[in-house]
Amino acid sequence: MTLDARIPEGPIAGKWRRWLDDHKLVGPRNRPSHRVIVVGTGLAGASAAASLGAQGFKVDSFCFHDSPRRAHSIAAQGGINAAKDFANEGDAVQRLFYDTIKGGDFRSREANVWRLAQVSTNIIDQATAQGVPFNREYGGQLATRSFGGVLVKRTFYTRGQTGQQLLLGAYQALQHQVAEGNVTVHNRHEMLDVVLVDGVARGIIARNLITGAIERHAADCVVIASGGYSNAFYLSTNAMGSNATAAWKATKKGAYFANPCYTQIHPTCIPQSGEYQSKLTLMSESLRNDGRIWVPRDPDEQREPQDIPEEERYYFLEERYPAFGNLAPRDIASRAAKVVCDDGLGVGGTKRGVYLDFRDEIERQGRDAIEGKYLNLFQMYERITGDSPFEKPMMIYPAPHYTMGGLWVDYELQTTVQGLFAIGEANFSDHGANRLGASALMQALADGYFIAPHTVMHYLATQRKKPLDTEHEAFVEAEQGVRSQIDRLMSAQGTKSPQAIHREVGAIMLDKCGMLRTREGLLEAIEQIREIRARFWDEVRVDGSAEEFNPTLEYAGRLADFIELSELMCEDALRREESCGGHFRGEHETEDGEALRHDDEFAVVTAWQYPEDGLDAGAFEPHDEPLVFNEVKLATRSYK
Amino acid sequence: MNFQLEIWRQDSRDAPGHFETKHVEDVDPEASFLEMLDTLNEDLVAKGGRTVAFDSDCREGICGTCALTINGMPHGPNQVTTCQTYMRDFEDGSTITVEPFRNNAFPAVRDLAVDRSALDRIIQAGGYVSVTTGPQPDPNSQPVTPEVHQTVMDAAICIGCGACVAACPNGAAMLFTGAKVTHLNNLPQGQPERDERSRNMVLQMDEEGFGGCTNYGECARVCPQDIGIDVIGMLNREYRRSSRTKKKTHPKKMVAQ
Ligand SMILES: Cc1cc2nc3c(=O)[nH]c(=O)nc-3n(C[C@H](O)[C@H](O)[C@H](O)COP(=O)(O)OP(=O)(O)OC[C@H]3O[C@@H](n4cnc5c(N)ncnc54)[C@H](O)[C@@H]3O)c2cc1C
Ligand code: FES
Repeated sequence: MTLDARIPEGPIAGKWRRWLDDHKLVGPRNRPSHRVIVVGTGLAGASAAASLGAQGFKVDSFCFHDSPRRAHSIAAQGGINAAKDFANEGDAVQRLFYDTIKGGDFRSREANVWRLAQVSTNIIDQATAQGVPFNREYGGQLATRSFGGVLVKRTFYTRGQTGQQLLLGAYQALQHQVAEGNVTVHNRHEMLDVVLVDGVARGIIARNLITGAIERHAADCVVIASGGYSNAFYLSTNAMGSNATAAWKATKKGAYFANPCYTQIHPTCIPQSGEYQSKLTLMSESLRNDGRIWVPRDPDEQREPQDIPEEERYYFLEERYPAFGNLAPRDIASRAAKVVCDDGLGVGGTKRGVYLDFRDEIERQGRDAIEGKYLNLFQMYERITGDSPFEKPMMIYPAPHYTMGGLWVDYELQTTVQGLFAIGEANFSDHGANRLGASALMQALADGYFIAPHTVMHYLATQRKKPLDTEHEAFVEAEQGVRSQIDRLMSAQGTKSPQAIHREVGAIMLDKCGMLRTREGLLEAIEQIREIRARFWDEVRVDGSAEEFNPTLEYAGRLADFIELSELMCEDALRREESCGGHFRGEHETEDGEALRHDDEFAVVTAWQYPEDGLDAGAFEPHDEPLVFNEVKLATRSYK
Repeated sequence: MNFQLEIWRQDSRDAPGHFETKHVEDVDPEASFLEMLDTLNEDLVAKGGRTVAFDSDCREGICGTCALTINGMPHGPNQVTTCQTYMRDFEDGSTITVEPFRNNAFPAVRDLAVDRSALDRIIQAGGYVSVTTGPQPDPNSQPVTPEVHQTVMDAAICIGCGACVAACPNGAAMLFTGAKVTHLNNLPQGQPERDERSRNMVLQMDEEGFGGCTNYGECARVCPQDIGIDVIGMLNREYRRSSRTKKKTHPKKMVAQ
């Protein structure tokens, strides 16, 4: 199958407008007879469901959370980008477009990124109209700040709780549509399969997580907005429940999974403290605006950081990347931290940490100014570690954070399965091989508010309407499949909790498919993961029953999918014989240790097909979508 | 560190519940309360026992999912979420009771997990600005002063965990509702629906069976986001104001499920 992204013809700036002008509409009176399923209530899912509901469609919205407001988007701290130029720097769509393409190391689709930059400005207007309280300047105007990897101040924020406020805006819009009778929210429901009728997505199988009932839901199309897969690494900054099951079940039904090896390791997280640790906590990147990152030059340094004189401190980002310094993009900042720690310069109990120091800016701007910007982050840090960043530099270390890879989608955000859409972090998105700070919220909301509602409408308008029938054999079959996996898990006779096995997989992934990958390591990892996959079903134990609220059962099912996905992540990393963005292959680096791309061979999106007869009988098959660059010249990304 | 836990066990919404004693040993003081429970559960799985069901997600105090009553205090001793409560906050060797958030409007799910959809229905009754997706005015056309922004943000940061409800001797949800009303009714965007919002949200609170506020102030004392009791004053004022204005002929009314 050739991958056709279906990008509209013509000059890039007019593509989206032209698409909108040509797209088909469903008349307002016909809309209520169409049902749309949206899986996920994060920024992408909630905004899409609310917008489709407001257009007049009947929407079934699903989340495994106890309330749609708890989706993982709630945790985003730093901000959201928009090309508004409120800071009067000459910022514009073109510049946001270029920054995103360059930030992604020239591995994203031009047309999509341009559209993203275009609609970015509407998001801020939309959110403000909903009552999202963006930070304001003294005159009452919206405030902005700068974020990693760019030289303009285009990031909007609501204190350190931008994701929370944006999500609550979308959640409230969703609840408004619930009150209007257009949206039904199925909370504490987990989608466990998508149902294809004649190759077209027509519904899902979901488990009611309270009663354990397996339910069939039919619709005219299905939108997946289930978030990213960073938890494949076990410890990540993602919420405990974040998982890849929805996307992975879609993959098993024929949707291609693109660029799985593009994962982002975030530079500013609190280092791990022990084996019992269940997740890692991100400290917003905005801290890098005023904090300086360093390690002692002496590997055997014993003094408290405050007592180490200036000349004995190694400000490695400032030295290596004078133009961007502490604001270098995430992949570069993370790798630099890893390198200094590998060289034995790391700090803290595990020696895997670097300092993030506010001393100079506290002196320069005053404690009040710093408090005004970061108080809640400082408090959070102190709460977790017991140290105050006002007295002692923070300790940070990179942690898995975001996944650029995901379900392959065309320009209309449709996967390779007809009628199955993917939005937000769940798709392979617009970020190429690396995402810039404050761009995920932008993309999730661009997809949900401004793109999917139109492309879904267009899809519905172009389909001959067929009656919905959950008695169809496709539903029966899909339900049986779901039931048999649950039975298999419940009857497994092992002695290990899913957590214990997950920890094993995660350790392999972090070590061999993390910030630095090599051919040898990846081959080993694939071997080890296959071996875990083989013994998983004998080793795991699930307590309780399938007819009740059973978090162990939920976990085990998600882990089974993570194990398969982890293997694919390694396969993709192995096949991509180059370094780009978050994907760094030890064999492909420049003389001074920077990422070395091979554009002639790898300026492509790799979309993987799940073997029809299952993983034991077949192998994942790669399909390449060539990336064409007309607007930008491929350059070596330099932040020096 | 070692602890004796008295944990609430309940198989389902309608099943009777009881306390069960568990012992945990060699707990790292730096582990969080939930990590301590994870370890207990891992052990239970390995040994063929029945795990203790509880809810959590972000584990950094923002999603509002975690909801344990620890030693009688919703969330625990420190006015932070359960997930931000660390074992170093407890005395070595002590006995700790662990219960769910209790309220009539929060039916039990299993063990320590409860159903808080009642709070969603309060939002459905009016906790939004009725804008649909589409072109909107320039945000700077409606300036908001930093003072108003501060009042709004201090309320808007509510995480909807329901600790206020669990702490209130009357089982009131007024801190939660007051926070949303304070957020939206203070903003220019919230003005057109101001009265309807206050009225309908209060009606929905009653519909769900939440109690009324008699100024115990327990809610604000346990609120992990430090939302002040003044939002309840605001809610009362806004409700009074709304009852002076003419009622709509078809007030929206939700039915509790
Ligand atoms: C700590 C942290 C901080 C961040 N800060 C920023 C920032 O400052 N700026 C920025 O731009 N980005 C940030 N990001 C990234 C950004 O938050 C996410 O990429 C984005 O919120 C993802 O939104 P989403 O809607 O795609 O998915 P999510 O918010 O993850 O939502 C997923 C939804 O899908 C549901 N779901 C999943 N699987 C199923 C299933 N099988 N059945 C039913 N429902 C299911 C869940 O219940 C949930 O509702 C941050 C991320 C983290 C981890
Ligand atoms: S788990 Fe999110 S607030 Fe505690």
